[in-house]
Amino acid sequence: MLSFEKVSKKYPDSSMALDDVNFKVERGEFVSVVGHSGAGKTTLMKMVLAEEHPSEGEIFFDTINIHKLRRSMISEYRRRIGVVFQDFRLLANKTAYENVAFAMEAAGRPDDVIQTDVPEVLALVGLGSKMWNFPNQLSGGEQQRVAIGRAIVNQPDLLIADEPTGNLDPINTYDVVQILKKINDLGTTVLLATHNKGVIDFLGKRVITMEKGKIVRDDPTGKYIL
Amino acid sequence: MSFTAVFVTTVTLFIIGSVIIANAFLTNALSELESKVDVNVYFVTTAKEGDILALKTRLESLPEVAAVEYINREQALKNFMERNKDNALVLQSLEELGDNPLGALFNIKAHDPSQYAGIVSFLDKQGSDVLSGEASIIDRVNYADNQVIIERLSAITRSTRELGAFIAIILIAMAALVTFSTIRLAIYNSRQEISIMRLVGAGNSYIRGPFVIEGVMYGFLAAVISLIIMFPATIWITRTTAGFFGGINLTSYFVSNFGQLLIILLVCGVLLGMTSSFLAVRRYLKV
Repeated sequence: MLSFEKVSKKYPDSSMALDDVNFKVERGEFVSVVGHSGAGKTTLMKMVLAEEHPSEGEIFFDTINIHKLRRSMISEYRRRIGVVFQDFRLLANKTAYENVAFAMEAAGRPDDVIQTDVPEVLALVGLGSKMWNFPNQLSGGEQQRVAIGRAIVNQPDLLIADEPTGNLDPINTYDVVQILKKINDLGTTVLLATHNKGVIDFLGKRVITMEKGKIVRDDPTGKYIL
Repeated sequence: MSFTAVFVTTVTLFIIGSVIIANAFLTNALSELESKVDVNVYFVTTAKEGDILALKTRLESLPEVAAVEYINREQALKNFMERNKDNALVLQSLEELGDNPLGALFNIKAHDPSQYAGIVSFLDKQGSDVLSGEASIIDRVNYADNQVIIERLSAITRSTRELGAFIAIILIAMAALVTFSTIRLAIYNSRQEISIMRLVGAGNSYIRGPFVIEGVMYGFLAAVISLIIMFPATIWITRTTAGFFGGINLTSYFVSNFGQLLIILLVCGVLLGMTSSFLAVRRYLKV
């Protein structure tokens, strides 16, 4: 469903963020991308979101050439993808419920659907009882789970998680990875960027290893080797 | 809500409203004055009635002339005595004079005040034509006095319009800039919210909407405030200028045209707020 074809990204200072990247992700896969900081993981994620444009090569989402989308179509395309960040990016003045509902409103979903879907999703990430808490009343792990709820509430085809456990302690990391795995089991394709060895080893799924913008290894049931 | 944006827009709309009212007021005053203007032609006492009537016919054939009223010597004397009926001295000296000292006169009205000059020059030419044969029957033509007043008033009306438009344009630009930067600040304050909206696939209009509505609200509020300020302002002006202008009542004009004024100011305010925030969003959101 997602394929990178000879994708390179050169920044104005002529550093190569991505260098001739080729890979395919099938529907329902759980793919982890590992590598040191600056290896190009985040650039890769941003390209899938159409936030960054490749200098060379093409990226396809199903049959859509992402970087040939018209501006007005990009927002529609993004609704098919959920995103989770290392720093959660929740709105501080909105409750957990509102943060999730906000994503549905932005996507133009009707109110009655929002009212039934948001509690369901929050229950799925284990926050059914903390729906009305504000982000500062939640722990880091709980905040990240709200963010995951927001990412999946519009039932995306693909979930992108860019170092979602980077700010979390081991127990919360475990919770979050469990949830990602559950989401994957429910049929959503997951693309996870991480440099947490424990997470990779726990998952036992496909691992793409990057170094200096290149893919150096692509194991179907990977271990974390750097 | 930004106080500054509302304030500047209010001042702008107040000026626009004032220009509209002042324009109506001056136009009204001008047309009232113009309708009072005429040209009087005084004939010498020795002028023959036949010559005068011939001139009347010729005047009436001019396209500019709306009406020529002929007042013969007797009528002129009667009018004069009527005007001075309380002044015994004048009446007595008239009686002593025995003869009627007044000449006949024409009261000429033109269709348009700008045509008086043409009529006067026609009369001057008539006078000099007759002069070639015998003495002119025209004693004098009073036109210059009225002309000065009319021209001055037209100039005031014109420059009020121009000055008003000039000030309004500057203020519109200022209001647009203030609204623009207010919205820009609002965008900056909610940049995180906006970036999240974009990532969850919010459409452009969904992101832009609240900011444009904010601008519309500034304009709406400013229109209402400026109308509220304008009402006591017109009462004050009416009171202070009542003796000067007489006929026209600014307050009643304001009240009777309130609906129209409200619509104009609302449309101006809303358009102003909407346009400036739309541009700010376009410029700073890259949606």
